[in-house]
Amino acid sequence: MPLELVDYQDAELDHPDKDYLWTLNFGPQHPATHTTLRLILTLDGETVIKAVPHIGYLHSGFEKLGEYLDYNQYVTIVDRMNYLSPLANEISWHHAVEKLLGIELTPRGKYLRTMLAELMRLQDHLLNVGTCALDLGGFTAFLYFFYQRERIYELVEYASGQRFHTSYTRVGGFLFDVNDDWLQKVREFANDFPRVHDEVNRMLTRNKIFIDRVKGVGVLTKEEAINRGATGPVARASGLLRDLRKEEPYLAYPELDFKVVAATEGDCYARYLVRMGEMLESIKIIKQCLDKFPGGPINVNSTEKAVLPAKPAVYRSIEGLIQHFEVIMPNRQFDGPKEELYAATESPNGELGYYIVSDGGFKAYRARTRPPSFLHFSLFPHIVKGAQLSDVVAILGSINIIAAELDR
Amino acid sequence: MTVEEVYQYLCELLGEDRILGLEAGARDPFVIVAPESIAVVADVLKNDSRLSFDHLCDLCGVDWRAVPERKVACQEPRVEVVYQLYSFTHRHRLTVKAKLPRWRDETEKTLPEIPTVSGVWAIADWHEREAYDLVGIRFIGHPDLRRILCAEDWVGHPLRKDYEFPLEYHGIRGR
Repeated sequence: MPLELVDYQDAELDHPDKDYLWTLNFGPQHPATHTTLRLILTLDGETVIKAVPHIGYLHSGFEKLGEYLDYNQYVTIVDRMNYLSPLANEISWHHAVEKLLGIELTPRGKYLRTMLAELMRLQDHLLNVGTCALDLGGFTAFLYFFYQRERIYELVEYASGQRFHTSYTRVGGFLFDVNDDWLQKVREFANDFPRVHDEVNRMLTRNKIFIDRVKGVGVLTKEEAINRGATGPVARASGLLRDLRKEEPYLAYPELDFKVVAATEGDCYARYLVRMGEMLESIKIIKQCLDKFPGGPINVNSTEKAVLPAKPAVYRSIEGLIQHFEVIMPNRQFDGPKEELYAATESPNGELGYYIVSDGGFKAYRARTRPPSFLHFSLFPHIVKGAQLSDVVAILGSINIIAAELDR
Repeated sequence: MTVEEVYQYLCELLGEDRILGLEAGARDPFVIVAPESIAVVADVLKNDSRLSFDHLCDLCGVDWRAVPERKVACQEPRVEVVYQLYSFTHRHRLTVKAKLPRWRDETEKTLPEIPTVSGVWAIADWHEREAYDLVGIRFIGHPDLRRILCAEDWVGHPLRKDYEFPLEYHGIRGR
């Protein structure tokens, strides 16, 4: 029989007759936290009475750096926020910058960004579902999915020259274009992936051991989800229908046909199901992008200020070199708008927003990030209350906390 | 509702001394609110059935100060608190701003103060802790206003424009 859960006040916890409560330090270096975060758990037997998160172990002042680096340079930093899906951060950052500077991407650029954003969504969900199963003792699903991640890494490496921190996007486009061979490889991946997805689906979705560990655990109600600012898969698993791809369509999303996956239970199992469902939708989007992939230039016209010219033009023509010089040199550079703007995209983890304040220079005056992990971790102490100690890991895994994004 | 309509409606409800103005010409139009009445305004924004901004997307502080290396000089030194709101019921957005002095007195020792909105939107709890930690804004009535990203004994607020990185922290060399 589970004990009746009492909502203790802080002062009561210190009372002498509560000395059977014990304190457990979870993290900052614990394999199940995946990254460096720390929880101080107050336990009654194995039931969590209270959890106090301590964060900041990876704080490296990204937002301060954003005030010193220009719009193209800062992309190397936003990369390192959610390192499970680096390109999603880059796309989100440049989405905000382009909105600020009033630059409209070319159709090819839009489709490529959409496709990469969806590959990143796959990559993030693959690791999240994999490690969620791993933490609960299912090693096979993790290995199956990690191999698929590896294949996405290869695609990303082929396109950008880097596996991990790609820094691939630029204001108004990309560093390089992709070729037909790359598109062919993406198509092969998209055709093959549902097979692996199905294997893991059969392995986990109706697995009694897995369901016992995740069903009814860490329930987040719809009201709490709104009030505590949940977004992305976490919110959609609680029945909160919001997807920025549908609501404030950006890139090529308005031209594509896809569904928003949601559930109503709000527990770890619902979050798992939503992520599994979203993976198939991502594959659907990627296939549509491949079918519709337009030709033409990948970058916007480089006579636009703030846009870097293509590398061959820089090396082989004086005009290109001058343009490059004008954009890069700190004493030349363009005058930006005197505006401030909040723009968000649907990153794999939730709403990833950037609030850029520009004072008329070529750098942001303030580059604020709205990281989904930060807000999901702030609701964690509330959904973990009353759970068992072993459920802490399951809940932590299901809300996908990335410490680099959490602490910035 | 558009931002203009929200502004008109708020003015009718709360009066001109609480709602200070509307910046309609900006790319993202925003409403300026008197800092001391932000909690009252927030309560109306969330609970009024025509507005029902039930989701606080983002809350952040911005420090405005003349910075020598910048091309454009800042006219009016101030600290701004920016609230990005969204309504799940009506699917509309709003940006609200409150302007505070950079310091409460001449000696530049006491932080500016603004009432907390964490009682209205629970999500504001950590956002306000972060704004306190990095920008140096004291939120009155916040249940647990501690530093969140920096260490508890850290000196200064890093996102202030006149912040100087410490030379040394517990024997670790900085700079």
